[in-house]
Amino acid sequence: MPTFNLNINKKNYTVEADIDTPLLWVLRDKINLVGTKFGCGIGQCGACTVHVNGNAMRSCLLLVSQAESMDITTIEGLSEDGSHPVQEAWKEVDVPQCGYCQSGQIMTASAFLKQNSNPSKSQIRNAMHGNICRCASYNSIEKAVEVAAKKML
Amino acid sequence: MTTSKQQITFNRRSFIKTTALASGGMLIGFNLFQACKEGVVPPVDISQLNFNDFNAFIKISDEGKVTIFSPNPEIGQGVKTSMPMLIAEELDVKWEDVYVEQGKLDTKNYTRQVAGGSQSIRFSWEPLRQTGATAKQMLINAAAIRWGVEASSCSAKQGVITNSNGDVLGYGDVVKEAALLEVPEKVILKKPEAFTIIGKGQSNVDIDKIITGKPLFGLDYKEEGMVYASILRPPAFGQKLESYDDTAARAMPGVLDVITIGEKLRQYKDNKKKSWTAQLVDSDKIVVIGKSTWDALKGVKAIKASWVTDSDLESTADHDRILFELLDGKKTFTTKRSDGDVKKAFDEADKVLERTYEAPFLPHNCMEPMNFFANVTAEKVHLVGPIQTPEETAKVVADLLERDLNQVEIEMTRMGGGFGRRLYSDFVLEAAEISNAIQKPVKMVSSREGDMTTGVYRPSVKYKIAASIKDGKVTGYHLKEACINGGMYNLIPNFFPAGAIANYQVDTVSYKSNITTGAWRAPYTNFLASAEQSFFDELAEALGVDRIKLHLDLLQNVKGTTDERIQYSPERLEGVIKLAVEKSNWGQPKAGVYKGFSVYYCHNTHVAEVAEVAMEDNMPVVKRVVCAVDCGIVVNPLGALNQVKGGVIDGVGHALYGDFSFKDGVPQFNNFNTYQLIRMAQTPEVEAYFVESDLAPTGLGEPTLPPVGAAVANAIYAATGNRVYKQPYLNNMKVEQNILG
Repeated sequence: MPTFNLNINKKNYTVEADIDTPLLWVLRDKINLVGTKFGCGIGQCGACTVHVNGNAMRSCLLLVSQAESMDITTIEGLSEDGSHPVQEAWKEVDVPQCGYCQSGQIMTASAFLKQNSNPSKSQIRNAMHGNICRCASYNSIEKAVEVAAKKML
Repeated sequence: MTTSKQQITFNRRSFIKTTALASGGMLIGFNLFQACKEGVVPPVDISQLNFNDFNAFIKISDEGKVTIFSPNPEIGQGVKTSMPMLIAEELDVKWEDVYVEQGKLDTKNYTRQVAGGSQSIRFSWEPLRQTGATAKQMLINAAAIRWGVEASSCSAKQGVITNSNGDVLGYGDVVKEAALLEVPEKVILKKPEAFTIIGKGQSNVDIDKIITGKPLFGLDYKEEGMVYASILRPPAFGQKLESYDDTAARAMPGVLDVITIGEKLRQYKDNKKKSWTAQLVDSDKIVVIGKSTWDALKGVKAIKASWVTDSDLESTADHDRILFELLDGKKTFTTKRSDGDVKKAFDEADKVLERTYEAPFLPHNCMEPMNFFANVTAEKVHLVGPIQTPEETAKVVADLLERDLNQVEIEMTRMGGGFGRRLYSDFVLEAAEISNAIQKPVKMVSSREGDMTTGVYRPSVKYKIAASIKDGKVTGYHLKEACINGGMYNLIPNFFPAGAIANYQVDTVSYKSNITTGAWRAPYTNFLASAEQSFFDELAEALGVDRIKLHLDLLQNVKGTTDERIQYSPERLEGVIKLAVEKSNWGQPKAGVYKGFSVYYCHNTHVAEVAEVAMEDNMPVVKRVVCAVDCGIVVNPLGALNQVKGGVIDGVGHALYGDFSFKDGVPQFNNFNTYQLIRMAQTPEVEAYFVESDLAPTGLGEPTLPPVGAAVANAIYAATGNRVYKQPYLNNMKVEQNILG
């Protein structure tokens, strides 16, 4: 199997993987960063969202071979201690029910707020539309994004 | 009536046990679920048990640190937070000082380590508080002995014991002595007004781990030397494996092996073993063992398999035809409840209203796909993962692998959703059979496609509801249910309007299908409530009376009933109706806002809801739902709010979009690109209000979901003038629009 050099959460990793392995499975099974979740495998649910060069991307669709030389951030690297404003807002609002989709939600929200620090309600709803929460914690997610936006101003 | 049935009797002395820890500190254990039953005889000699034999316990260290073990599986319903809150309240410690750990399964002594039916809090309300109060009293007693004073002159608060002389000791200072004391005969529980933890919103105890991505879920669990497995199962219900070619899969560098499983399950059936949690597909399955999840998933795609038809290949069109034939009386109905003379009431009626309501199959679609870890060795069967029924599952695995039950160990992880899917153990059995075959620790992971197409679905169902009207009054009510694989649960015919209408009958009939079906969030009532509460909207209209008034009037007939079978409280239904009416400004028109009302009792909780719909691009959009709930005392307001809002939005989503069908046995949807779940931009704002109560708490995981379908349907009618009878409402309206336009 070929090897790949990855830059994840400001650390370098060399991994051996099949060339078509999605970044998601490299993160989870090879680097042991399991905060990035598997939901659908086809980029439809957003559970596997990570930041690639600052943009929210689905790690189930990004191949390990394409991820080399990119700056990748996972939920584990969003902050050192859970103190990113989005994480703090999530805690304040007590968003999660089962919690499984929440790292993907947080990664989508944090990338979005970096580009739009003062979003309207409908902008928030559209930005978060790609992330499914099967427990339907959407009201709380919406509120937490608003709270996070205020914290980031 | 429900309230009187909630009395819990138990013998505290038999079920509480303390143990001094070798490392210092004290453990107090309590056999929670055995204790809920009346006259239960301890299963073994209590004095011979150690703390591990109890499924709910407190650990207090010498430093005064408190660990509370949460006994029940956590599927997002919040019990890992709310159950320990009950203990901590009576133990009287600061919630910030409590560390919560998931308790393991103990198959020997316990009967209800289950997540299901919204029952965890209801059953544990008294016993868990008793556990905390008992520990507190023993700590007080130890301090009193140390001080040489009467225990009655001492008190404890927030982890600190004081006496009338002003002496002070922490729980940690006396914990070792306390552990050796007699368990007190009697403890006094706090009055609700003295609660400092119960009734105050507490964050999810796993919140820090969730927001930082720490391993928590089944899919996150790992062990040294673990391999990964993924399974190719028959593509259609009614097919089984004939042959397969694994050459391409075996050529993949990440594929370690390809095997088949199924033999053990056949033996299990041949041995006449069965369990309601084991939904068994009668076919061999092909398993690809890989170095990583991806290797296994990819390997499965490279398998070329041939399948043969083994039984009927059913289609949704067949089901629809069959269910209609059943409703029309093709087969004899089973009468679940019959009051008065329905036939006579209908014969003598001035007018009869009859409507038919339809709902499709539904997959659960937990965000965490089905998975489980298994390590089968000569010594034991070690299982780790997300399961709602660990106790029953352990039994099935023991039977499957022909092992002693005490060799089967199950650890429950946090679950990425349950909704009923994880009541069933098929994926645990698969993992166990794979590990047994390869004798290695293995993690079985389903792809989303595998998860959605080999489910245990909410069965498709149709209801025909009829009411007779005479002199402007409802004189009779007749509900017929035709369902795939089994009908409604026996208590349900005793829900509203049972007791409220003199001539009342509920009949069921079912069709046996080879498609696996089972419980789905709020089983049986998730669509029944939609049907009945839509019918009542139309009935009120036919009677020319106000929708709310019709309900309140009917409830009058139930007050003071001596009918023990009646499951709901008319007073509590009245309470939620009035609260919902008030909070939603029902009856006060607002331009562009169309309202629909619904009220329902299920899972011991009374709920009324008002949905508001607006028209956008000629289609109804649900904008807001007001939800009034009577669940007794609200243990954790934060968690309760999440459950209520989640249940309502989940209900709106499935009522509008949830669709699933089969063609020749093959599921027609397999991932989220075609199967539609509600998403953020389609979500209404939910407002939740709780009836103030000092009654014992009831569950919240399910009861807010069933009524909302009808609230939405009735609001759609208010907005469009069209009644909707078939879920998913929105998809079916679109089809109609396309046909018309």
